[in-house]
Amino acid sequence: MSNDLILRVVAKILIPFILLFALYVQFHGEYGPGGGFQAGVIAAAAVVLYALIYGLDSARKVAPDWLVETMVAAGVLLYALVGVAGIVFGGNYLDYFVLGTTPVDGQHRGIFWVEVGVGITVSGVMLKVFYMFADRQP
Amino acid sequence: MNLVAHLPILPVVVPLISAPIAVLSRRGSVAFVLATTASWAALALAVALWVQVGAEGTISYAIGNWPPPWGIEYRIDTLSAFVLVLVSGVAAIILPYCRRSIEAELPREQHYLFYAMFGLCLAGLLGIVATGDAFNIFVFVEISALASYALIALGRDRRALVASYQYLIMGTIGATFLVIGIGLLYLMTGTLNLADMRQRLADVSDMRPVLTALAFITAGMSLKLALFPLHQWLPNAYSHAPSAVSAFLAGTATKVSVYVLLRFYYSVFGAGLVSDLGLREVLLVLSLAAMFAASALAIFQTDLKKLLAYSSVAQIGYITLGLSFESVAGLTASIVHLFNHGITKAGLFMLVGGAVLVMGGSDMSRLAGLGRAMPLTSFGIVLGGLSLIGVPGTAGFISKWSLIVAALERNQWWLVFAIALSSLLALAYVWRFVEAAYLREPAQPREGGREAPPSMLISAWILVAASIYFGLDSSLTLGSAMAGAQSLLGAAP
Repeated sequence: MSNDLILRVVAKILIPFILLFALYVQFHGEYGPGGGFQAGVIAAAAVVLYALIYGLDSARKVAPDWLVETMVAAGVLLYALVGVAGIVFGGNYLDYFVLGTTPVDGQHRGIFWVEVGVGITVSGVMLKVFYMFADRQP
Repeated sequence: MNLVAHLPILPVVVPLISAPIAVLSRRGSVAFVLATTASWAALALAVALWVQVGAEGTISYAIGNWPPPWGIEYRIDTLSAFVLVLVSGVAAIILPYCRRSIEAELPREQHYLFYAMFGLCLAGLLGIVATGDAFNIFVFVEISALASYALIALGRDRRALVASYQYLIMGTIGATFLVIGIGLLYLMTGTLNLADMRQRLADVSDMRPVLTALAFITAGMSLKLALFPLHQWLPNAYSHAPSAVSAFLAGTATKVSVYVLLRFYYSVFGAGLVSDLGLREVLLVLSLAAMFAASALAIFQTDLKKLLAYSSVAQIGYITLGLSFESVAGLTASIVHLFNHGITKAGLFMLVGGAVLVMGGSDMSRLAGLGRAMPLTSFGIVLGGLSLIGVPGTAGFISKWSLIVAALERNQWWLVFAIALSSLLALAYVWRFVEAAYLREPAQPREGGREAPPSMLISAWILVAASIYFGLDSSLTLGSAMAGAQSLLGAAP
């Protein structure tokens, strides 16, 4: 679809807003609807749209395979390490109370990083699945 | 930071963290070291837990410092500690075996992914056992199952994909049934904590949704543990998966499913409810069917891996037969067989994996003359086979003896004959291997004897030796199994 002028222009305008919306859903997830899972899917959708309009090779320049695979693992690792941080700071596993100066502060910080981990992994998995289907020869 | 206080969670966390690091390293050798270290650490932690539970009784751990029943509780009692040791022990012994076996069976670029999946599968299985929260059980069932679908699909011929897909469909139905059952229980009790659920169920135990939940959980977990006739996924999955995966899953996955069933039956529903619904009779009939039909099917297999897989279905019949007695003796037999069969079958699959590596396949015709070509491997398989039959001096004998004691306690004499008769069927299928390995001439003469690589042979022999050791000295296994059975039934009103 890379020859279609309207699609190219519209995609170019939309993609920044899609990414911005993903960040909003990610970081506003504690206060409103949303969270890491939804944000990860939205961010991946931006790359998928880019790949559909500008081609798979261009998308691979933005999000290469090694990056996608790193994201898949790094998010899970971040989540698990937030749990370990709870133990290191003297609480139980996944104990957010001890992560901040006050318990409420700690809960905020804990869920923030856990959701970052979820967002990274979900985004990575979505792209990985997309690449795997897109790569298949008909 | 006092690590002893965190013992209940650490066996799950260590393999869970090793998996993403293995992916990030992108190197098969690094991933191998990570997974091996993690599984040995998990074994050490599980043994430490076992000792601690033995000294202090049940341990409760509140995840995120949210006290139970509101938060997720990890709850380790004698039974869960015992199963944790079995699962992490089998994993720790299989991992050194994996290196050569995986090198031979998988392309290099998949090695690190294999170890990552193995770590996730192990974390899932250990999590199922450690947790005291119903929904957490479901989550870990899915983690371990998804990892094992991927592990099975890595098998080198295309049939592995079909087998994995078949397991995926059946396993997903099983997990769905489990979560429907848990949902109904949540509906009736408003809690997900198993211990809390039990107390609240006492008021509503005769209501329809509770009975429906029991039925859903029974059917779902029976699919997962491959209770006859829901075993269709198992033979293909075990025979087409990579050898190390067959060994790992045969030794742990179905055993953990049996654990979940035990946990729900006796720690949540209670013995009274289970027998009111007639589940004992159902289990008895299906177990007998498994013992005879699956053993008979095993006799007619031409592929040794498939033969062992059908034998697994039959052996699971013995485990559920013990469940159907609903006595301390019966549950002891179930739990001790869960352990004994786990180590025996894992060892057997590992030895067969070595034979496949050298002879190029597990078909009986290829294995002809194995006794001379690979004397250590085939002798190990024969010893493991003796344990499957239940010859005195092997672990299998201890299991069958406890089953017979449990049957006599219920005055069910005819069951003793049934157990003896199905052991004869086991003798027949083990004989098929003996005949092929020792009495038949190899199809094409081979130059000299060549054994499997030492790392594979030693790992496999450790498990075979263990199955002999626990046949001679059963105080450890029988004692733990009896303590577990008592704690399960002791909780009953």
